[in-house]
Amino acid sequence: MESKNSNAKESDCDSVFEHVTRAPDIPVYAVMVAYKEDPCPFKLNLGIGVYRTEEGKPLLLNVVRKAEKLLVNELSANKEDLPITGIAEFNKLSAKLIFGADSSAIQENRATTVQCLSGSGSLRIGAEFLAKHYHQRTVYMSQPTYANHPNFFVPAGITVKTYRYYDPTTCGLDFQGLLEDLGAASFGAIVLLQTCGHNPTGVDPSLEQWEQIRKLMRLNGLLPFFDCAYQGFVSASLDADAQPVRMFVADGGECLTALSYSKIMGLYAERVGALSIVCKTADVASRVESQLKLIIRPMYSNPPIHGASIVTAILKDREMYGEWVTELKAMTDRITIMRQQLYNALHDRAIPGDWSHITKQVGMFSLTGLNAEQVAFLTKEYHIYMSSDGRINLSGLSTRTVPYLADAIHAAVALNV
Amino acid sequence: MWRYMMRRYSSSTSARKLGLWWDRVGPAMKDPITGVTESFLADSSPNKINLGVGAYRDDEGKPVVLRCVREAEARIAGSEFLESVSAAVSSKFVEESVKLVYGNDSDVVKEGRVAGVQALSGTGACRLFAEFQRHFHPDSRIYLPDPTWSNHHNIWKDAQVPERTFHYYDHDSKGLNFSALIDDVKNAQDGSFFLLHPCAHNPTGVDPTEEQWREISYQFKVKNHFPFFDMAYQGFASGNLDKDARAIRIFLEDDHLVGCAQSFAKNMGLYGHRVGCLSVLCADSNQVGSIRSQLQRIARAMYSSPPVHGVLLVSTILSDPYLKSLWIEELKTMANRIRGMRTTLQDSLERLDSPLNWDHITNQVGMFCFSGLTPDQIDRLAREFHIYMTRDGRISMAGVTTGNVSYLANAIHETTRSDQEAKILCNA
Repeated sequence: MESKNSNAKESDCDSVFEHVTRAPDIPVYAVMVAYKEDPCPFKLNLGIGVYRTEEGKPLLLNVVRKAEKLLVNELSANKEDLPITGIAEFNKLSAKLIFGADSSAIQENRATTVQCLSGSGSLRIGAEFLAKHYHQRTVYMSQPTYANHPNFFVPAGITVKTYRYYDPTTCGLDFQGLLEDLGAASFGAIVLLQTCGHNPTGVDPSLEQWEQIRKLMRLNGLLPFFDCAYQGFVSASLDADAQPVRMFVADGGECLTALSYSKIMGLYAERVGALSIVCKTADVASRVESQLKLIIRPMYSNPPIHGASIVTAILKDREMYGEWVTELKAMTDRITIMRQQLYNALHDRAIPGDWSHITKQVGMFSLTGLNAEQVAFLTKEYHIYMSSDGRINLSGLSTRTVPYLADAIHAAVALNV
Repeated sequence: MWRYMMRRYSSSTSARKLGLWWDRVGPAMKDPITGVTESFLADSSPNKINLGVGAYRDDEGKPVVLRCVREAEARIAGSEFLESVSAAVSSKFVEESVKLVYGNDSDVVKEGRVAGVQALSGTGACRLFAEFQRHFHPDSRIYLPDPTWSNHHNIWKDAQVPERTFHYYDHDSKGLNFSALIDDVKNAQDGSFFLLHPCAHNPTGVDPTEEQWREISYQFKVKNHFPFFDMAYQGFASGNLDKDARAIRIFLEDDHLVGCAQSFAKNMGLYGHRVGCLSVLCADSNQVGSIRSQLQRIARAMYSSPPVHGVLLVSTILSDPYLKSLWIEELKTMANRIRGMRTTLQDSLERLDSPLNWDHITNQVGMFCFSGLTPDQIDRLAREFHIYMTRDGRISMAGVTTGNVSYLANAIHETTRSDQEAKILCNA
């Protein structure tokens, strides 16, 4: 027996993955790269999905820094594997956050909450659970929705359909279209709903509209799956922003929720989130939880410890919780101010069109109403970057740059025939 | 508006009934490994010993945070680094990780032929590969050693890749069934995918010798099989990182294009941080970008991006000569303690005049010992002696301490001395 000793520079061996083609680039990442490579000193990045300060910097919340320091100095803490479902206290506190302490889901112990990797991980685990245990293999999501949403369901074998949501003529909600499409959905279909701060449109239903949606969905047996990535980011009230979820839970019915701490605690890179499945009874919830473990273990065994430890430290301490709420409010207030400033600047320039959607829309994002050609013009002539659907991140703006954007939009709109 | 609601009115009652979406969801079976820890935690005996999970414990039975990790953590605390793992940190991490596996001076690394991505520890790395395998080789199956870590079966199953097993452990010799292994390699269809443990096999602790690895590599070459290594214990088998990677390096000498799942859970004590690396070797550097992009695409659909903290720790430690040498020293200490416990346990059993042969305790390598204990004996050990292990008889040596080794030896001796079956084995 001899082993072949190759001196060749490249392998003589054929790769079994020779036929693997490059995966398509993610459009929004391509925007990031283009922005990065742009040498223009006054370039503006409005295509990001994360919060930025007035100085255009990422924000590490003081309370997060504080919590992390506590963790580092806690010598008794270890780095053992978490249970498959994550930190128990984290799960309890996350359920309290989204459902409210007095929720029947919590009082009756009929919700299971498991720590997952941010909203994305929560959605994927939820999708896998539904694919395995639910009788319907279709999910409806808003048109448009967060670009990555379909990717959590398709690999699980769930078919993606859409329901009308955004009305480009009003830059608002196409409520009739939404009701029609959900009304026509197959019985028992899964419906992905964004709780607040809709990405990418910034358009949220009113509470009255949510109530109508709830009634319709319950009558048609549609299963709600809430993506909750911006609780507290819209109105600065954690309770108010979670109302849509709480309305559905209050009627005694079932639903899924994916809660993310990425934006609301600035913990993007630590991947902290929680999947909750609200069931009819505690017994069902317990069985559901045991099945979730079987899905999680062959994917990554147990969730990462660091981010969830930080969240737990903050949520369980009255003082730190208060500090967090204050810092959250500061971010939300700044976004609201940017909206107002931008609207005023557009209005002052007498740019044709109704720009009231800038202040009517809520949360971090706005669909400006600019089309792909106008967006390309803004990038080419003004070095302003955003996704081609005209979505901007309001936190990418500052008092200093609002006029610049307004001028650019003015020029773009004037160009268009 | 009402017409949308009225349409379904007739089925509203059944809707309410059918609102019990999860009625038919049964309770899941307990995981064979984590289930052991649950039982252990529920036991109030002061003498209880957990020999279930493969997590390192010091001689007081306590989990350990390595000094190099504490120091790295102090350095990176509060870093402004929160939006995602930056491309720079990610590539640094992958670069250092694959050097550990393939060698600092390896050609594949120098020639830029390693497609590597961060993964959620070893589990995540295996799952990424399994999904990748199914996507690009949809008709393939995976050959898993018999036995293997129980979760390997679940991982490839959930990725919808059918499995076969190949002979590995010989229950009689408590060693490697080499001839049957080679037969299985030869009889498998050309171009089959095999999962191999490069060192410290879990659960048996039985590793091929260097000569045996050379033969396996040769046969793989003849059959054009794909070798996928799950390396969870590099440094834990011999105490030496390069020695423990020897099997992989032998395959590299034979010009195999391997895949490797690498975990920093055990050897850096970073269990809960979920840090690992998946690497796939390419025929040329052009292919690297394509494979990385596909792996990242699979990962994105699972969790968008991996957590940053653990990666930053590993990257910091591996890039700093002082921290890296501290790590190597601490790793040696852990490996030596386990080896010491193996010797002590075997000696203790022999001094108790156990009629059975316990050589396998020191022949086997790494965190685990495949004790040969039967399910009945294991049940008795739990019931009477409050000693917990998985039902395949796998003992995590990390759970053995100078404080409990005598108690453990006594308990094993009590449980096996009267067993007729055991006596027969002893005479074999």
